[in-house]
Amino acid sequence: MRPETLRDGTVDVAVVGAGPAGLAAAAVALLGGLTVALVDAGQELGGQFWRRPPEGSAVDPGDDLHHDLATYRSLAGTVRSAARDGRCRLLPGHHVWTAVAPPATAPGERPQGPLPLHLLDRSSGPGRERTLRLDARHVVLATGAYDRPLPFPGWDLPGVYTAGGLQALLKGGGVRAGSRVVVGGTGPFLLPVATGLAARGASVVVCEANDPRRWACGAGAALGLPGKLVEGAGYAAALVRHRVPVLLRHAVTAAHGTDRVEAVTISRLDASGGIVPGSDRRVEADAVGTGWGFVPQLDLAVTLGADLVASWDGNRVVRVDEWQRTSVPGLSAAGEVCGVGGAQLAVREGQLAAEGVLRDLGRPSVTGERGLARVRGAVARHRRFAAAMAHAHPVPEGWTAWVDDATTVCRCEEVCAGQVRRAVADGAVGVRQVKQLTRAGMGWCQGRMCAPAVAGLAGPGEGEVAERLVATPVPLGALARGNGSPPHTLSRPAPEEKV
Amino acid sequence: MRVVVVGAGIVGASCALAAARAGCEVVVLDRGQVGAGTTSRGEGNVLVSDKEPGPELDLALVSRTVWGRWAEELGADALEFEPKGGVVVATAAEALTPLGELVAGQEAAGVVAHAAGPDDLRGLEPHLAPDLPGGYHYPQDAQVQPVLAAATILAAAVRLGARHRPATEVVGARRSTDGALQAVLCADGSEVAADAVVNAAGTWGGQVGERLGAPVPVLPRKGYVLVTQPVPALVHHKVYSADYVANVAASTEGLETSCVVESTRGGTILIGASRERVGFDPAMEPSTVALLAAQAVRLFPVLERVQLMRVYRGFRPYCPDHLPVVGPDPRVPGVLHACGHEGAGVGLAPATGELVAAHLTGADPVATLGIDPRPFLPDRLLTGAGDATRTEDLT
Repeated sequence: MRPETLRDGTVDVAVVGAGPAGLAAAAVALLGGLTVALVDAGQELGGQFWRRPPEGSAVDPGDDLHHDLATYRSLAGTVRSAARDGRCRLLPGHHVWTAVAPPATAPGERPQGPLPLHLLDRSSGPGRERTLRLDARHVVLATGAYDRPLPFPGWDLPGVYTAGGLQALLKGGGVRAGSRVVVGGTGPFLLPVATGLAARGASVVVCEANDPRRWACGAGAALGLPGKLVEGAGYAAALVRHRVPVLLRHAVTAAHGTDRVEAVTISRLDASGGIVPGSDRRVEADAVGTGWGFVPQLDLAVTLGADLVASWDGNRVVRVDEWQRTSVPGLSAAGEVCGVGGAQLAVREGQLAAEGVLRDLGRPSVTGERGLARVRGAVARHRRFAAAMAHAHPVPEGWTAWVDDATTVCRCEEVCAGQVRRAVADGAVGVRQVKQLTRAGMGWCQGRMCAPAVAGLAGPGEGEVAERLVATPVPLGALARGNGSPPHTLSRPAPEEKV
Repeated sequence: MRVVVVGAGIVGASCALAAARAGCEVVVLDRGQVGAGTTSRGEGNVLVSDKEPGPELDLALVSRTVWGRWAEELGADALEFEPKGGVVVATAAEALTPLGELVAGQEAAGVVAHAAGPDDLRGLEPHLAPDLPGGYHYPQDAQVQPVLAAATILAAAVRLGARHRPATEVVGARRSTDGALQAVLCADGSEVAADAVVNAAGTWGGQVGERLGAPVPVLPRKGYVLVTQPVPALVHHKVYSADYVANVAASTEGLETSCVVESTRGGTILIGASRERVGFDPAMEPSTVALLAAQAVRLFPVLERVQLMRVYRGFRPYCPDHLPVVGPDPRVPGVLHACGHEGAGVGLAPATGELVAAHLTGADPVATLGIDPRPFLPDRLLTGAGDATRTEDLT
């Protein structure tokens, strides 16, 4: 079939997020002959997983930080070549700030007309943002996930990062955040962060809150994925090579310092996650990174009204069918928003999402029937592995005991744990009510940082996912300038817009 | 007298406090938590400036007085009560005359308003656009933090012996053979004995009324509030514009108010629609958000670089004639309504509570409160078909 070029403002598929899932969805849709717009808030293709320095940068952080670079190069190559042919519109530095699903004519019916995505173009810098509308017949949400941080005394000191933050500094600019680094939390993601830093000369200590013997339960799942075992063995070898101690059942329970972090307290945890009395010890550190798994980035999915479902790790995620289609007609989702399971799962879900769109449009499959069967098999194995990992790395129940009343929980609004506890004692139920009574979660990050912590301190309550109609801050002036005339719609691709 | 109040929003909490003070045994039931409905979706406006002379303005003026008294009794901080005053500006010179006429009528009703020329405006709000021709300062306008206020008012009622049962949905009422109310029935199978039940379910007042056998036409209307990032104090009052609109085609001619701009204690700036009957698009249309943003930037050019952080939406409860329904239902003994306050529920709540208490105890609200109760009675909505129409399904 002869590929179409982008002739008007409406594309066949808009993919939100250029990480593993989004790149794969875009590439497969393009190979299938569709027109695609690929939107990402970052400046480069690859998302967080394949984060790289800006094009033309002299910095080369090193390929050892990455996995599956061959996959990245192949997908990015397809996308870039289609962008040169005018079939793919690359929109780096663009953020979808909101989206509205048009009302369906009947339940489950495809709504009339395209799905409009409302973009904020930040590519020209602060003060020069503009709003745009992108119309797409299908939308694939691949917005990924972000670190789940948990508060502890001193976590707001400069030098304390999320584990993902440490990793992003390395991948994005070759920046080593410190020379004595403590990485804490739980989950396999801590290991590549630690080895990446250690390989660049940092002295690193890892505190894993759980016990690897839990892995035994998930070993069966891992057997289906030999690559994961090799990956894990690789980290283990690197940790040994760089003499990185991995302390099991340990956690970073406090950070100390005046202007920035100078040391941390490391504590041994009992079976329920409480601190073993007398086990505290002080370790000097000039950088700290903690990570307690990931939270899917659901803002757009919730705004568009997609049904959610509980995932293997307890997160709420987008409910999708076997073609990654959500409950909203015309809207698919792929990657971590459908369940945190890593890049290899995300790539395959992105592939399936694009195949689903091709199928809905009556186009032939790119992957082929046998290929699709292999993809589905891999998806099932990766999901089982992710579930086993989640089971082996829960957030310890007792973590709230590490948080004294003076610890800031919501950093944007400067709400401390004591205020949250008082609100709960006064009868507040759930994150939303705690927020209304204490302002926790009302600030700049809109609870993305503190909602998991507030939920933990608030105890069992309404498990609803917050509705965030505005997915990213938008200058009022940019909105005002877009008012009065119809919003600029994206038309033909501009050759100067390259990623 | 045993009174069940259905709804723990700002209106239900106010009814509970007023009824408890009047000596009633009060139980407050809500299917959710305190202030979780429309109370949590607004700016906490206590406004007299945006109302035309008439029954709603009379109720608002009494309510403003009661808010001041409650702030003294319960603590201004516990309500985040801020008597900051309002500033209404004309964005074009031709709006000044009709605005002046509105003010004359408001003053006759008891509103305090001071004319403000361009220099006065700059004194009141230094960051206002320099080309605005003038406006009025309304010192009575005020603000509360609505969820906090509802929680504080309800706690005061509880201290007087009221009981609060959250997460308890009302499904019906039990009556004796002669029709007298005996108990309110809850979804968990429990019953609460009652001589009277107050329908203070806000936007859901139509459904609760129906469950109590007394449907009232309270309808939902979507509205928005825009919230910006926290900024240093840029806006000191509740500020909105009054524009003179002459729309020949629709043969309507009059004042239209635009967005209300104000700051909160947290430093954020709230931008909301001051008068819902102006009729903003009811869907979450980015164009509506853009229009509100443009109006806010027109008033305060300094907001141009300030970032919108969040938009929240809620459902305002409105009656067909845009007046709240407060008072006993003529069809069903023991049922009183206190809902349908549209966008003014926070401002009108205390007087509504006092009015309900007067109805419950048989006091004369004209004598005790200076409020004529008749314009708010449900009877006006129950003519025509002889019965209230069924309410729309909110979903």
